Amino acid sequence: MISIKGLSKIFNTDAHNQVTAVDNITLTINEGDIFGFIGYSGAGKSTFVRLLNRLEEPTEGQITINNQEISSLKTKGLRLARQEIGMIFQHFNLLWSRTVKENITFPLEISGVPKTERDDRVQELINLVGLAGKENAYPSQLSGGQKQRVGIARALANKPKVLLCDEATSALDPETTNSILDLLVDINNKLGLTIILITHEMHVIRKICNRVAVMESGKIVEQGNVLDVFLKPKQDVTRKFVEQVMGSNEEEEDLQQLIQSYKHGTIIRLHFVGETTNQALISQVAKKFNIDINILQGKITQTQAGAYGSLFVQMDGDQTEIKQAIQYIEKETSVELEVVQHVN
Amino acid sequence: MLTDLFPNINLEDFWVATYETFYMTIIALIGTFILGILLGLLLYLTTKNGIWQNKFVHFVVAAFVNIFRAIPFIILILLLFPFTNFLMGTIRGPNGALPALIIGAAPFYGRLVEIALREVDKGVVEAAKAMGAKTSTIIFKVLLPESMPALISGLTVTAIALIGYTAMAGAIGAGGLGSYAYYSGFQRRDFDIVLICSIIIVIIVFIFQFIGDYIANKLDKR
Ligand SMILES: Nc1ncnc2c1ncn2[C@@H]1O[C@H](COP(=O)(O)OP(=O)(O)OP(=O)(O)O)[C@@H](O)[C@H]1O
Ligand SMILES: [Mg+2]
Repeated sequence: MISIKGLSKIFNTDAHNQVTAVDNITLTINEGDIFGFIGYSGAGKSTFVRLLNRLEEPTEGQITINNQEISSLKTKGLRLARQEIGMIFQHFNLLWSRTVKENITFPLEISGVPKTERDDRVQELINLVGLAGKENAYPSQLSGGQKQRVGIARALANKPKVLLCDEATSALDPETTNSILDLLVDINNKLGLTIILITHEMHVIRKICNRVAVMESGKIVEQGNVLDVFLKPKQDVTRKFVEQVMGSNEEEEDLQQLIQSYKHGTIIRLHFVGETTNQALISQVAKKFNIDINILQGKITQTQAGAYGSLFVQMDGDQTEIKQAIQYIEKETSVELEVVQHVN
Repeated sequence: MLTDLFPNINLEDFWVATYETFYMTIIALIGTFILGILLGLLLYLTTKNGIWQNKFVHFVVAAFVNIFRAIPFIILILLLFPFTNFLMGTIRGPNGALPALIIGAAPFYGRLVEIALREVDKGVVEAAKAMGAKTSTIIFKVLLPESMPALISGLTVTAIALIGYTAMAGAIGAGGLGSYAYYSGFQRRDFDIVLICSIIIVIIVFIFQFIGDYIANKLDKR
């Protein structure tokens, strides 16, 4: 568990000017969380994550990771603590003078793992991140995604309990981003690692995080379970980030016109909220009841806690069949249902 | 054949001179490498926001480097005569030239080392810190290996400057090709000796340049 109390960082840019990059943050991160921090450029995300392993010295506040107070450690204690906190970077920060294998060996050299054990551990990590066959390549011979895999393997070498990721996918194309995110989830499941992830892209949060905090001018303005934040964003910033992946409400206004043009059947809005069991709902209902289901519009997205989004459908056919179908959805499934329009 | 083209050359003297030039250059280069790396590291580490940020040490080292870089080499040799005498027990011959050669070249190389270290990606140093590396680990496993091609190129440039310095030192009694060209060639009006010494020095410079470029290229995996 990571507990942060009253954490602040003030930079003195010159004799008279100060920047409060992180402003009095108090927060708890549970073991095994994939905790995402999102915010616009300059919100203080990087500074915040760098405070956690004290690459920046806190101006004020307390950081406790697994019952060890990081913020009060002296040089040597801090060095040892850092060996148990992995970190990956936007620009990978690999040593170009070392091969893949040698790069991953580096943290083991630092922590003094005996030579004989290093090779096995390195091979294990190379397999875990899917880089078998690239052991002796130099970073310059790798693609961005492969470089980040080396970065991840290196960060995991000393079996950390916590992994810090500062914009780990921001330098990668969408497809590579997805493969790296999948790898992070895989590691989270396999190793039970707590992951703290910084990003300015909501789809990264959507795809892998279970908890999220939204940052603005050094403060956390909103936090909670990813699904709750997606469902009921309270702040304007948050709403904007949610729109990044869900589209905006303007589309729903267009929908009203669309709905008006349907002269028969029942138009229904299905709301999926963290759905994991009822994803085959449409085909189930179509099989069970003698009705036609016509999908009009919708947007469903997958989060770590299941599917989230809404779907507009038109049900056409016998009135009683439609009624039964509606009852079935309301009673037997956790999908929320709303009758938008009833025409006969 | 050599004696036909260059009638005044005494082969034995010529080989001794060439050997002395090589000797001075190589030994001075080793000394310069060690002292220069030390100076360069100190400059880099003690700078503002550096790992060992220290205004006083930085000022002292920078002053040493700047002063000894500013003094023309021929004057530096004369200035260092008492020091050389104390250290080496002589001010003549190849060994008498070594202290001045090293003190003359190391500050120059130290600046090149500092520049090379500054070129090392800050993110990589940061990554090493985040892994819990000691400063000594950062120096020996990150800073020096990551800047090695630049350190070698800098050493090549310095070696060539050193060859020039040995010739100057030769003119005031250090031996080597400079001395041979000046005393046996120029002063006795045997210009064929001056010519052969020039040719050999050019060849030595080319050899150093070639080896330096080769190693730097070999090491550069970027
Ligand atoms: N070393 C520093 N000295 C002075 N000011 C700094 C320093 N580092 C960051 N800042 C300031 O702190 C604020 C937060 O910066 P930070 O890099 O944490 O933002 P960020 O959320 O990571 O942004 P981005 O998405 O662009 O990476 C900015 O206003 C920045 O100018
Ligand atoms: Mg940042």
